[in-house]
Amino acid sequence: MRIELERRPSHSALFSILSPFIALGLTIIAGIILFTIMDKNPIDALYSFFIEPLTEVWSLHELAIKASPLILIAVGLSVCFRSNNWNIGAEGQFIMGGVAGSAIPILFHEWNSFLVLPMMLIMGMIGGALYASIPALLKTRFNTNEILSSLMLVYVAQLALDWIVRGPWRNPEGYNFPESRSFELQAVLPELLPASGRANFGIVFAILATIVAWFMMRHMLKGFEVSVLGQSARAGRFAGFSANKMVFFAFIFSGALAGLAGISEVSGSIGRLQPVISPGYGFTAIIVAFLGRLNPLGIFAAGIILALTYLGGEAAQISIGLPDKIARVFQGFLLFFVLACDTLIHYRVRFKFTDRTSSSVEGA
Amino acid sequence: MSFPEIIVLVTAILLTITTAATPLLLAAIGELVVERSGVLNLGVEGMIVIGAVVAFVMAQITGNAYLGALFGMAAGCIFSLLFGFLTLTLVANQVATGLALTILGLGISSMIGENYVGQAGAKLEPIAIPLLSSIPLIGPLLFDQNILFYLSIFAVFGVSWFLFKTRLGLQLRAIGDSHGSAHALGISVIKTRYLAVMFGGACAGLAGAQLSLVYTPQWIENMSAGRGWIALALVVFASWRPLRVLAGAYLFGAVTIGQLHAQALGFGIPSQLLSALPYLATIVVLVIISRNKRLTLMNTPASLGQSFVPDR
Repeated sequence: MRIELERRPSHSALFSILSPFIALGLTIIAGIILFTIMDKNPIDALYSFFIEPLTEVWSLHELAIKASPLILIAVGLSVCFRSNNWNIGAEGQFIMGGVAGSAIPILFHEWNSFLVLPMMLIMGMIGGALYASIPALLKTRFNTNEILSSLMLVYVAQLALDWIVRGPWRNPEGYNFPESRSFELQAVLPELLPASGRANFGIVFAILATIVAWFMMRHMLKGFEVSVLGQSARAGRFAGFSANKMVFFAFIFSGALAGLAGISEVSGSIGRLQPVISPGYGFTAIIVAFLGRLNPLGIFAAGIILALTYLGGEAAQISIGLPDKIARVFQGFLLFFVLACDTLIHYRVRFKFTDRTSSSVEGA
Repeated sequence: MSFPEIIVLVTAILLTITTAATPLLLAAIGELVVERSGVLNLGVEGMIVIGAVVAFVMAQITGNAYLGALFGMAAGCIFSLLFGFLTLTLVANQVATGLALTILGLGISSMIGENYVGQAGAKLEPIAIPLLSSIPLIGPLLFDQNILFYLSIFAVFGVSWFLFKTRLGLQLRAIGDSHGSAHALGISVIKTRYLAVMFGGACAGLAGAQLSLVYTPQWIENMSAGRGWIALALVVFASWRPLRVLAGAYLFGAVTIGQLHAQALGFGIPSQLLSALPYLATIVVLVIISRNKRLTLMNTPASLGQSFVPDR
């Protein structure tokens, strides 16, 4: 059997909407196969993975906590990817945002003012944006591949965080534990509905970021500039857009949102700095961005689905003893299927069952 | 310290450098062939870590480290086919698919290896070459090594010969520089690229096997620790030339070992800063190499990262 692609005259509107759903369906099928191999009842496993976390109010709060960093980061990345800039280092920008925003509650922990929290958030965004502007600067000034430089900076950020919580910012009253002092109340992101669960204002930021990015891409010249330069740098030049400025815009925009996600996570759900503050949100957000087809509204939905895999992983570990690592396998499969299904948007896929006698089997 | 003692010490340090450099070299030489054919596979990290876990687990099961390495190589190769199918058959975006391969590889490997964390494993023992291995300094360094070291050196010269001295190598480079023209000449673009991707996967799998059977003979989650990405950077550093990959890999091996020794000695520098050195060095090297835009453009395979759909 051979697979042949035939370019559609224009992209298929039907499959642009359908393809993420086909990908989800295929991921679930892959899951059923995986669970069967691992000798678990696939129905039970899928239930505890994807349904159980949705059945209780407190776990909906947990879902919001996991979804907000993913959405914040992915919305930023979508603008970046659309402009054809490959920021792979959101994980590092998330960490640096968390570190920069934590400076006030750690260094000036006695300062009690309503200004503390807004300043932390702003500093978090600045921290993420500055860290993201390093690969942008290297790309525009020295022609350095931004994929590799932004990724290398993730490792550097992880080590920097490790150093700062073990060294200068270690809690002086913390019995030598590698963590900073706990944030005072004025530095903690408030909970939305404290009566029913832990969800904090992070999800509000995620909603706001989604709306802002959607409005920008849809109704503002800047959004048009992003798309034009992303599809053809040459066409963008003729329109008078600067590719170099776009590199900076894309990286700073996505870095600031990743930084905001970082400080929101540290302030809202951890309450202090510790050696590890992210279960790989910056990388999972890449999947979220693609599952949402680089559209802010789609990303919002995709962020909730991926957050569900995190929660489902924990739930399945407790209820039926599946290893929690399986969540990451799911996430990987999902991205593969999303990318494969995107082919359907631009191409008709033909399966040819006839044997060709010639040896040039291009599609095999 | 007497002269023989210095020789012993220098030999020991150089030996650790070869151990640190070999996985980078194996992965980078594989990726070089892939990129020469015009395909950018960012999934090296994922293929390495799959190779590492499969090599370790199979070595534990069979009790034979060589079989382990063989399975690791095969696993990397099979895993790379996933990338090949998506980017070559389904013309998916190569950057995104490569990332997917890395994410999936890290996930699958930690699941496979879960029950093997912390176990002491089999080790690929050195094979001494008679006579040559008794030469001081050079002997233990070059002729008393494990099989993956010999393979890595052989791969450099083999790939160099293949790319620049054989007809198939010329075809592969032609595809990488202009897949449209190569197709028009009747060269099978997709088939050649599949083979290149599989070769890259096999090399990355061997690099992983080196990590879990030689470097630190055990399974540690995420044990590739960014080496796949450093290998990708090495290919750029080497301007897509095999012998320069050799030089680059040993340079990075030296940096890695140097920072480890510096950590042991202390010097009052935070250990995290020293651990960050290989990553920072990668960025610095990339900046220096890519600075000249025109030269970079001349060296880069012109079709790199572009999908190819044959006209019918």
